[in-house]
Parts: sequence; structure tokens; C-alpha cells
Amino acid sequence: MTLIMQLYVFILAGFVGFLVIGKVPPLLHTPLMSATNAISGISLVGAIVAAGGQYSKLSTILGFVAVVCAATNVVAGFLITDRMLGMFKQPAKSDDKKGGSH
Amino acid sequence: MLALLQAVPAVQDTLAVAHEAAASDPIRSAIAQATYLGASVLFILGLKSLTRPDSARKGMQQAAMGMLFAVIGTLLNQHIITYQWIIGGLVIGAIAGYPMAMKVPMTSMPQFIAFSHAFGAIAATLVGVVEYRELLHEGKLTSGLAGALGFEVLFGALTVTGSFMAFGKLQELITGRPITFKGQNFFNILLMAVAFGSFGYLIYQPEAVWAFYTVTGLALFLGISMVLPIGGGDMPVVVSLLNSYAGLAAAATGFAIGNNVLIIAGALEGAGGFILSVMMSKAMNRSFGNVIFGAFGAPPAAAAAKGEQKEPKSITAEDAAMQLAYAGSTVIIPGYGMAVAQAQHICRELHELIQKKGGEVKYAIHPVAGRMPGHLNVILAEAGIDYGALLTDVDDANRVLNSADIVVVVGANDIVNPDADNDKSSPLYGMPIFRPWNAKVTYVIKRGKGVGFSGVENPLFSLDTTRMIYGDAKGVLGTLVKEVKALDEGH
Repeated sequence: MTLIMQLYVFILAGFVGFLVIGKVPPLLHTPLMSATNAISGISLVGAIVAAGGQYSKLSTILGFVAVVCAATNVVAGFLITDRMLGMFKQPAKSDDKKGGSH
Repeated sequence: MLALLQAVPAVQDTLAVAHEAAASDPIRSAIAQATYLGASVLFILGLKSLTRPDSARKGMQQAAMGMLFAVIGTLLNQHIITYQWIIGGLVIGAIAGYPMAMKVPMTSMPQFIAFSHAFGAIAATLVGVVEYRELLHEGKLTSGLAGALGFEVLFGALTVTGSFMAFGKLQELITGRPITFKGQNFFNILLMAVAFGSFGYLIYQPEAVWAFYTVTGLALFLGISMVLPIGGGDMPVVVSLLNSYAGLAAAATGFAIGNNVLIIAGALEGAGGFILSVMMSKAMNRSFGNVIFGAFGAPPAAAAAKGEQKEPKSITAEDAAMQLAYAGSTVIIPGYGMAVAQAQHICRELHELIQKKGGEVKYAIHPVAGRMPGHLNVILAEAGIDYGALLTDVDDANRVLNSADIVVVVGANDIVNPDADNDKSSPLYGMPIFRPWNAKVTYVIKRGKGVGFSGVENPLFSLDTTRMIYGDAKGVLGTLVKEVKALDEGH
């Protein structure tokens, strides 16, 4: 793929990012950050190719470390995002009955 | 684990068969490309779902599925010859990531994110190094590829050390105060100049191995020296900026290996981090240029002594509880101090007690309250407070404050400093703030008399409508809860 085509993709994706992410309310800024962090763990794809390409011993080792780090990033990133989003409770519509039971 | 490793050769055999077919099978390659396209779409939809709290969780789960598709698609890639390292790495990563994500407390979220950035950036940097070595070996390096790889290791390495430094500061392994030395800015600019110079040379002369490793090494160093002079309160900007850099590094990986899903995901994160950095620096009253060039976190100009401040009036928790119990509308303004004191749970108890007595409770959450964007929202959500009670827009919150009976400031300082409106010489001047003085009365829970992060005096404390409640946030809120309960029992 030519560099120019890649630049097209990058710039258009950047615009999509600005338009979509600009609308995320401050309420969800922390999950937003962990979400984009998890998504960019997609370098895992590059790491897999590096680790499995059997170029040389050193490359395989570096690739292996990269897979470990990227996989940690992806797994931890998506799980923490899910855990956080699970905490945001919808406002009770009618009068709420959850008394302080401590 | 052992059994798993023994099972690997078996898996490998199956995959090897698949791979042999893949090498000459355009259908498999088309399937791989389709998974990348699907993943890109799911990523964008996932981020779009974050615009609404009720759709967010499902959307992000779909994005995670997208990631899984992309990984499977990659495993079909024809360049892959051996699988045991990949599978071992994936298993170790998953085993390491799972407990981290499930155990980390919400107060430590900024550290966690910084740590996670560092991991992603390590991967991006290492992939850059491997790709450079291989392309060099095969003699396929072009200026364009060298540029992409140089960019990748530059931003990757910078993010690695920068994130570890931010992690250390947030976790208080190193001091949260800015660390500065004479000529620091000059030193940083020099470092940057040499790094960019080598980067330029690398594009001009792609086979200049020394230039490639100089860029990598200097970027590692630059990450440290850029975060060093930044104080704890500026961390929301730093974490956002590192978010953006990590994204750019991932996008550069995509350029280098010719993979669109990496370019797209990286561009999304780059854009997200950039937007947040701009928002945070605005909310913190710093220009974005000031932030970009790493000159932020400079020690604040000593607050000018402006005459004597009136002695603040104080009130006991008992009296305050009496007022709170019968207030129609209460607004709580939490700051990072609430998170530090772990006072969010006791705060919810107070909130529920007041609600039971017929009062209404809202929270005014400043964009930079906490140590990362939106940090306090997560902390209050963790305590079980529904997001309907959270006012996250400064103007909306100020409208509610105008008609509030009681405002309780818990562990916040600079975001309620009237100097931001009134005193042109204040470093806070122009910063968007909450105006609790428009409410009938303001209680400020504060550990003792002292200045906020910016080192600026806060005239709010000596206003006629302000009463100080001295003590630790958790202790004071605990007393308030006890007293309001006691009032109940008195009936």
C-alpha cells in the first residue's frame, strides 16, 4: 500500500476520531481514555507478526515481549473499561427505595 | 500452564496446516482483511457508544469482539511461521492483565492507565525495532518506511518512559512535586533537537543504523525529562498527552507494516488524547502551546500577599449536620482530596440520609478534579451514586449553585477560588470555576489552613457566607452522617 493511501486512512480516521470523541461527555472521560488505550493495543497485531515471523532469534524474543505487553494492554484495557462502565448506574426514574443500609 | 505449553505443538500443527493453505490462498487473506475492516468499524462504533452512558458498555464489548476478530485474522497471516511464542505471549498477557483490571481501585485509575499506556508503547517500540532490523536485513528499507519506523520508536519510546514516570509520580514512588534544575528547558529542547535531527537523517539515509538507535535512546530519555518537572495536579494533561502519543506510535506501526486497522485505531486514540489534552489544559487555565512544549508545571509565581485575609469562620460538624438535614437543595463539590481520603462511600451515605429527609443532593464535578479527565465521576459511580446526580458541565453546575441552600466543598480548592473571576494578577485568573458563594451558605471541609495545588490563597474561605469545618474529609463526613442519623432518632 502506498504511503499516500495510508495517509488518507490516517487523516480520515483522525477526523472521525475528532467528531466522535468530541461528543463524549465529561462524565465518561475516564472510560474513554481506557477505551482508546485498549483499542490502540491493536499493536498486538504487529507484535504477533514480529513474534511469529521467525526472522532471527533476537527478533523472535523482542516480538514475544511485545506480544506479552500488547496482550496485557488489550486484556486489561477492555476489562477495566467494562468494569468502569458497569459502575455508571442509570438515575432511578421514580422515587428510589435504596435506603442507606450500612 | 505446563499442560497448556504441551498442548501448544498440537495447536501449532493444526495452525501450520492452516498456514500452508493460507500462503497460497487468496480467500484466507481476504478473510484476514475482512476481520480488520470489521474491527475498525466496531472500534469506531464502540467509541461512538461512549457518548451515552446507557449504551456505552455494550458498545465497548462489541469493540472488544472486534479486537478478537483482528487477532484471529492476524493469526491467519502468511508471514507467521511459528506459533508457540505468540500463543505463550498471549496467554501470559491475558494472565497478567486480568487480575490487574479486576483488582485496581478506582482511585488508582490514573496510575493504571499510565501503566497500560507504557505497555502498549513497549509493544509498539519493540515492533518498530524488529521491523527495522528485518527490513535492513532484507535490504528493503525506503525513506518512507524508515520515516514511519523512526516516528514509531520516537513516540513509542517517549511514551514508555513518560508513562512510567507518570505512574511513579501518581503512585508516589517519586515525589509528586515538580523536579526542576537550572537550564532544564534548554536541555530538553537540545535533546529534542538532536532526536529530531537524527530522525531527519534517518529518512534521508534509511540504512543509518546509528540514527535509528539514537532516536530510540533519546526518546527514552526525553520521556523522563519531560515528565520530571510536572507536578501531581497537572497529571490530567500529562496522562491525556501520553494517551495521544501512544496512539500516534500505534498508527506509525500501521504505516510501517502496512496495516490499516493499526492506522485507524492509532488515529482514534491520537485524536482522543489530543482532544482531552486541549480540554484539560483549558480547564486548568493553561494554553495548549504551553503544554505541548513541556514548559508546564513551572513552579507557580509566589502568591502576592494582598493585604490581610480575614480570619475564616468555622462551624462544628454537629451544627452543620443540623442545617444539612433540613436543607432543600445541597450541592457537593468534590476534589481529589475526597479520593485521597477514600471519602466517597461515606459521602453517599450522607447523600442518602439527606435524600430520605426530602432534600435534593447534586455533585458539581470539575473537568480537572482528580488526577485524570473525569476521574471523580468514576470514583462517585464506584460508590454507587447514579450519574443523574453528577453535574459535569461548569455552567450548568453554576446555575444549580445559584439556587442551592448549602454547598459542601470536599477536598477541592483551586476550582472554587474566586480569584479566577476577580484577580487579574492571579495565576488562576480566567479559569472556569464553580461559584459556591452564590448559594446561601458554603461549608468547606479542609484538613487545615493551607493553599491548594497551585499555591494560591483562596479568598473563598474568608467570605461571610463560608464556614470552615476543619478535619479529614472522611472523618468529618462520618460525623455528619452520625449527627444527621441522631437527629432522626430524636424525632
